[in-house]
Amino acid sequence: MKFGILVSEGPYTHQASDTAYQFAKAAIAKGHEIQRVFFYHDGVYNATRLTEPPQDDRHIVNRWSALNAGHKVDLVVCVAAALRRGIKDEVLAPGFRISGLGQLVDSGIKADRMVTFGD
Amino acid sequence: MKKFMFVNRKAPYGTIYALESLEVVLIAATFDQDVSLVFVDDGVYELTKGQDTKSIGIKNHSKTYRALDGYDVEKLYVERESMDARGLSEDDLIVDVEVLSSAEMAALMAEQDVILSF
Repeated sequence: MKFGILVSEGPYTHQASDTAYQFAKAAIAKGHEIQRVFFYHDGVYNATRLTEPPQDDRHIVNRWSALNAGHKVDLVVCVAAALRRGIKDEVLAPGFRISGLGQLVDSGIKADRMVTFGD
Repeated sequence: MKKFMFVNRKAPYGTIYALESLEVVLIAATFDQDVSLVFVDDGVYELTKGQDTKSIGIKNHSKTYRALDGYDVEKLYVERESMDARGLSEDDLIVDVEVLSSAEMAALMAEQDVILSF
């Protein structure tokens, strides 16, 4: 099955992005495809390479980048939400790209299931 | 064409969810999909008349709901239980809506292809 994922909360403050990542990993392990992960609202903070968690904590941003490197998962950050919050191309971690909200709607059209992670 | 439903559950101000939901709706409307909006819980406050945001210094986006029919977004549903719990009636709302019971709302949700919840 083809899944589209919407992440609408920032990392560390909220469980949403952890759960979305675990879901994506589990789905891929079962042979499903993650068609796209779309980051919206504070979810755009998942994409900044300036993130430096303590060494004994998980690195949420790098985990997403690895998902792109290993499985070509399309990681899209909403441009309007990103610019509002100071996320621009120059701070993007590897594997992320900034694009419009149309990419979220497009994901809804192309994926078999759309799954939202957030409040 | 897919059936897209946007579920609005939050008060219009206090968090950005209502505004950013509206931004997705306006984009979705340009994709030629079957778009509907649902207002439940505190989301019903998004449609109330007389919103005045001057004293909190935030833009009043409630007028945008009235512009939605210009985007061919005409399916607006409000949950009766959410309105009743907040002492609201259809007369308090800035747009024409269809009021549904939560059971009817659940049936409508079951028909959708994509549900995005804000």
